[in-house]
Amino acid sequence: MTLAAPEAPLSSLTPDRLKALLSAGRFGLKTGPFTFRIRSNEAIVAQNLALLYGAHTVVDTPAFADFHVSIDRPASLRRWLSPQVYFRMDGYAPFYSLPAQQAFAMLEWGMNWCIASNAHQYLLLHAAVLAKDDQAIVMPAAPGSGKSTLCASLTLNGWRLLSDELAIIDPQTREVHGLARPVNLKNASIDVIQKRYPQALMNAPIPDTKKGTVSHLCPPPSSAAQHQKPAHIRWIMTPRYNAALSCSPTELAPRNALGLLIENAFNYDVLGENGFLAASRIVSESRAFTLEYGNLDAAHAWIAEQLK
Amino acid sequence: MSAAGIAHCKRLASLFAEPQKLDVLSVTEWDTLIRIARRGNTLGKLAECAQHTTLNTALPGAIGNTLQSALTLSHRQERAIRWEIQCLRDALADADIPLVLLKGAAYLARGIPAAKGRLYSDVDILVPLERISDAESSLMKAGWASTHHDAYDQRYYREWMHEIPPMKHWRRGTVVDVHHRILPRTAQYDPDPKRMLAAADPVGDMPGVFTLSAIDMLLHSATHLFHEGELPNGFRDLLDIDALYRRLAALPDFPASLHTRAKELELTEPLALALRYAHRLLGTPSDKPAGSTPRQKMLDWMYLRALHPHHPLLDTAGAPAARLGLYIRAHWLRMPPHLLARHLGRKAWMRLFPEPDPQLEKKEGP
Repeated sequence: MTLAAPEAPLSSLTPDRLKALLSAGRFGLKTGPFTFRIRSNEAIVAQNLALLYGAHTVVDTPAFADFHVSIDRPASLRRWLSPQVYFRMDGYAPFYSLPAQQAFAMLEWGMNWCIASNAHQYLLLHAAVLAKDDQAIVMPAAPGSGKSTLCASLTLNGWRLLSDELAIIDPQTREVHGLARPVNLKNASIDVIQKRYPQALMNAPIPDTKKGTVSHLCPPPSSAAQHQKPAHIRWIMTPRYNAALSCSPTELAPRNALGLLIENAFNYDVLGENGFLAASRIVSESRAFTLEYGNLDAAHAWIAEQLK
Repeated sequence: MSAAGIAHCKRLASLFAEPQKLDVLSVTEWDTLIRIARRGNTLGKLAECAQHTTLNTALPGAIGNTLQSALTLSHRQERAIRWEIQCLRDALADADIPLVLLKGAAYLARGIPAAKGRLYSDVDILVPLERISDAESSLMKAGWASTHHDAYDQRYYREWMHEIPPMKHWRRGTVVDVHHRILPRTAQYDPDPKRMLAAADPVGDMPGVFTLSAIDMLLHSATHLFHEGELPNGFRDLLDIDALYRRLAALPDFPASLHTRAKELELTEPLALALRYAHRLLGTPSDKPAGSTPRQKMLDWMYLRALHPHHPLLDTAGAPAARLGLYIRAHWLRMPPHLLARHLGRKAWMRLFPEPDPQLEKKEGP
């Protein structure tokens, strides 16, 4: 039970081998600048990894992993009644347990948590990041703003996906790193994306999570293949869904753009002076907008216009 | 803890003491070391140590990144605690109460090696009992507010404990624990806080700021750890004890002065435990632990399963039982049996039927 090469795309693994690596805790997954080592016996975790991370690189027993995580059932009687799972990093469970059918969604949330609360070598923003070549657009926004919907639709329209949740910025170079992990769609946006892009590869929606029904959109293979290629931030755009409008952009003054970055940062306070310097340089090196949109075509057209 | 577990703890402690040993670690060894250090809340310490080695730049990128992250976080904490110390000093100066720092904040103010890269959860201070309400109102004026509003909790703290309910700053969210005693009023041991306050030392470069004397700091650290019911930071606290002990070891009449003082303050028992386990788990250069009474064997069984970082690599099958045992022991030391029964009964009831309290910090939802 070893990989043919020390590193291989996940799609080259047979389901049995994937399952065996996962349950032995030998499964290393590379995503952007990070390596996750994952242990789980949940079939749903293996199936979804195979479905959604096919183009990502897998390492058997990586010598070093940034995060060692597990999705496991606690050894209690409850496992026979309504099985629950815990997400743990090095034995620490940051969240309460969730029903076992949410195991993969929990792994995704847990991986975000690992990065957001431990990777202070970067300035971390709650933002979607997309790019054309190495020119990136960073979309910081609060949950429920239509960020993931816009991110998913741009991803399916030729943009390179770096991340739908986390902008991982080197404070010195201001380069933004990608993860090219699946886009987490919630509730109505699942339908919107499915209707618009019937060919899009998504996993079966998981109902009744804390965030409602969630489904994960597979990143295009071209994005996943470039998951370790960072990009330069050219545009900052905060989307806000508004059904009454088609597409209404407003350019932001630098001070407001800076406020927007700080508001959406996970670790601005941790980075101190370096955080301020990085954020203010990003603002001075890019243009910033608020984009209220109700129509995805109009939003796409406007964004394409900015590239010229 | 398994023999391998003890070896891991000693190894980590020896790397903290002699960082040049980090130079020869393999990537896989770094992987294990970082995992254990992170779980023990001592990754910042490891990163500080790695800074002083020659090979820092030669480390593979991901390891260097992890250490850089830990360093960034520990610098942030240091800045925040320094700022907090100033704010507390100014607030208490209002009522003419000197600021006496305990534990982590004191190590930081004194520049003790134990403070380098340490993580802090809050600031602990010691105020004379007769000034406690003045201190409380000065802190309230400066923006700190009491966190436990439940009538039972208020009574628990005010009638039985050695501190008033933790106070949280409304804007910064920082917490200060205001102590007026070393141990709960209801505890079996009765160290006199007045004696410790009388021996408090001014901090040279921080006018108006005091810490306990060097020996009292060690005694306080030991007392605190060995009356603690839950030990998520037990390993870190034991490292503090190790660092404080090594720092004192150069004094001419040491360790006799330490034991004399422990007797004066009725703290010989926690001191003996602290030195016993610091010696066994970290190799602290104290006297070889003696004694193998059944009671001591029982304590060894529990502490050697609970004081290490709570990492699955180190945990043994007995760890949950050991932790439960220590939880019960801590409460036993804290209160006489009738109060204990009442208190644990109340806690069990509240766990089954909690009253929603928006003030309580919630565990993060995913």
